[in-house]
Amino acid sequence: TMNDRKTIDLEQGWEFMQKGITKLKNILEGLPETQFSSEDYMMLYTTIYNMCTQKPPHDYSQQLYDKYRESFEDYITTTVLPSLREKHDEFMLRELVKRWANHKVMVRWLSRFFHYLDRYFIARRSLPALHEVGLTCFRDLVYQELNAKVRDAVISLIDQEREGEQIDRALLKNVLDIFVEIGMGQMDHYENDFEASMLKDTAAYYSRKASNWILEDSCPDYMQKAEDCLKREKERVSHYLHSTSEPKLLEKVQNELLSVYANQLLEKEHSGCHALLRDDKVEDLSRMYRLFSKIPKGLDPVAHIFKQHVTSEGTALVKQAEDAASNKKAEKKDVVGMQEQVFVRKVIELHDKYLAYVNDCFMNHTLFHKALKEAFEVFCNKGVAGSSSAELLATFCDNILKKGGSEKLSDEAIEETLEKVVKLLAYISDKDLFAEFYRKKLARRLLFDKSANDDHERSILTKLKQQCGGQFTSKMEGMVTDLTLARENQTNFEEYLSNNPNANPGIDLTVTVLTTGFWPSYKSFDLNLPAEMVRCVEVFREFYQSKTKHRKLTWIYSLGTCNINGKFEPKTMELIVTTYQASTLLLFNASDRLSYQEIVSQLNLSDDDVVRLLHSLSCAKYKILNKEPNTKTISPTDHFSFNEKFTDKMRRIKIPLPPVDEKKKVIEDVDKDRRYAIDASIVRIMKSRKVLGHQQLVMECVEQLGRMFKPDFKAIKKRIEDLITRDYLERDKDNPNLFRYLA
Amino acid sequence: PEGIETLCSDIEVDYTDVRILMLAWKMQAEKQGYFTLEEWRRGLKALRVDTISKLKKALPELEKEVRRPSNFVDFYSYAFRYCLTEEKQKSIDIESICELLDLVLGSQHRSQIDSLVQYLKIQNDYKVINMDQWMGFYRFCNEISFPDLKNYDPELAWPLILDNFVEWIKEKKS
Repeated sequence: TMNDRKTIDLEQGWEFMQKGITKLKNILEGLPETQFSSEDYMMLYTTIYNMCTQKPPHDYSQQLYDKYRESFEDYITTTVLPSLREKHDEFMLRELVKRWANHKVMVRWLSRFFHYLDRYFIARRSLPALHEVGLTCFRDLVYQELNAKVRDAVISLIDQEREGEQIDRALLKNVLDIFVEIGMGQMDHYENDFEASMLKDTAAYYSRKASNWILEDSCPDYMQKAEDCLKREKERVSHYLHSTSEPKLLEKVQNELLSVYANQLLEKEHSGCHALLRDDKVEDLSRMYRLFSKIPKGLDPVAHIFKQHVTSEGTALVKQAEDAASNKKAEKKDVVGMQEQVFVRKVIELHDKYLAYVNDCFMNHTLFHKALKEAFEVFCNKGVAGSSSAELLATFCDNILKKGGSEKLSDEAIEETLEKVVKLLAYISDKDLFAEFYRKKLARRLLFDKSANDDHERSILTKLKQQCGGQFTSKMEGMVTDLTLARENQTNFEEYLSNNPNANPGIDLTVTVLTTGFWPSYKSFDLNLPAEMVRCVEVFREFYQSKTKHRKLTWIYSLGTCNINGKFEPKTMELIVTTYQASTLLLFNASDRLSYQEIVSQLNLSDDDVVRLLHSLSCAKYKILNKEPNTKTISPTDHFSFNEKFTDKMRRIKIPLPPVDEKKKVIEDVDKDRRYAIDASIVRIMKSRKVLGHQQLVMECVEQLGRMFKPDFKAIKKRIEDLITRDYLERDKDNPNLFRYLA
Repeated sequence: PEGIETLCSDIEVDYTDVRILMLAWKMQAEKQGYFTLEEWRRGLKALRVDTISKLKKALPELEKEVRRPSNFVDFYSYAFRYCLTEEKQKSIDIESICELLDLVLGSQHRSQIDSLVQYLKIQNDYKVINMDQWMGFYRFCNEISFPDLKNYDPELAWPLILDNFVEWIKEKKS
């Protein structure tokens, strides 16, 4: 029983414990010893228990606690430290690992023997637990003295591995585990006593390497080495470093290999970024992206060089087209048109090529999308041979969409090409100019039945709508619809004629009624129609009035075509001509010979028109009229007569009338529309803001109109002044830079 | 107009002299070439004179008064309005503007006015000048250092004609 227990004297009890401790030490030292039996263990445990639970003054808890710690201190100072001190480098590391493992075992066993202290004593006195005491001894005596030496040995091995030697990775892992475990839950020992120096050494190591490589290696080779180094360092972490070291380690390596030498690397003369782009080194560029995306702001210079490269490639295309155009000026106009077609094609190809780069090499990164966009905006707004890029694009579309166009492509290819053309439109600032040219050419295609494929026409309008908004395409869509309605209308007209035979003018008449607002503006001249046609116009007018009231018909004869029979001496032939040409020819039914002046006054057209007409009929391929004198150009003193000897092997020929150059008019119309647009925008802005400074007004105006065109700064100023004169705005009395809206 | 001529010879001032204009301003005369009785009375009362000779003597004082900065702006814009002869007329032709500029600003800003007048005569963008531009000329003479034009900023709300004027001067220099 408890009362019968014999009191154990401290010295006595400790002598007994000491035997157990010595046995344990022997086992750890590898000396021949039997294992502890469970009886041994019980005895030792109970001894402690008893000595702690004895009545004072024989309760020896404090003394036992102290002696527990002293056991470690003793062992460490007499045996462990000396053995470590006599070893170096790798041998020292191995010894340390062994000693640490031993120590942990010792702590485990001794704390089991002394366990009773853990139960009440340490809590009562708020003292560290046995386990902690044990580890702390090792830390304060062994770790404290040796950690610097250990650290240096480890780092040295790491550097050796970097140089390609084989090292014992498991050993390093075990050593570094000590740094971690010795922190007892905190990473501060690992970080301060090992990691900091390791990082510093790493930086120095790679700094040396980089300074050599940058001089000797080409950019791709250097990058390959850098990538390999980063890969190996990452592996190093998984092999023996603590995982928290990874980001810090990689950051150091990236800094020394990439950040420090970024510019030199990118700008290497024959192998830098420019050269890689020039030589289409896709692999190397992908690597460049991967590496530079990791360093802060690393991609900015790469994107910049990319942008420069694309811009110069594009600008070279422009120059190429310009040169070709100026060389071919002497030859036919069509050939110049070819150059422009080729130019647009090449720009599309350039875009495809570098968009692929952005998607593949540069992983769709926004910086590179932006660079591509800005590059294209630079050269896509340069014209070629006097034609703006807006016009070039519109002409390109026309060639794809019209019958007999220069592009012979499959349906699929056409769709694809149209898609790409619309994408290019995004880079052009004068989108409204494109719209007007496109509209003009669309009108010609629709009215002269030159459109190759209705589906394609609608398809491109859909794409344009998606890209530029409904307002952009509403008129064009109206034009296409108008034609469908016109066909219906024509059917009704023919029905009307068959129901009213006396109304029939005696000539087959087809009328296409267009909604004015949708179509480009056409000047309607007061052509003196031949009598036969006058009747046609009257009849149609009657029909139309019967169908709809409140609508005014304006006749555009310049857009009409006519089939007339020419009774030539050799044979009668059918001539397909424009209404203007027909009117000219019919003059000769009444007179054999007419002077230029007479023709002008009888037709009631402008000189420009008459010259063109007469040229097409007397100086071109088919000479329907004889001209005196028989020169190549029309002059006001010429005389004309019907060429009854004319013939051709065909029964029916088309006599083309070259269209007037619309370019000037288109630009004029667009400028006019822009003036209105700027006015409307200014008024809109001022109406909502009431008072606004000049610079702000200009800025908002530019932003509002940006979708369609880039307003000229001076043009905006002029419109503001105009609006002041028209009392929409006024200048503030005290601040001339401020405007007020006048209601 | 004949009356004005007589008046001018009486006070020994040429009718193209700026002081006649100043007198008109003092009277707040509405129509160029005419002084109504009321305007006449108003002017003489404001000048505190009742004889021709006193009027003549009061002219230097009048000139000083007009040239005072607080009055001059008012006088300057009055000068423009005074030249609008037709109803609903809002602008004045270039030729007349040049004369008016010389008359009103010539003495104080000789080099600017000479240069500006030269430009106005050769440019083609504008055939008439409106009030806003007219007032702009005055601000220009007062605020912009000449002839270096260092503090002129075309991004501000200067009338476009002055932007073009400045460009023309800079081109001439180089």
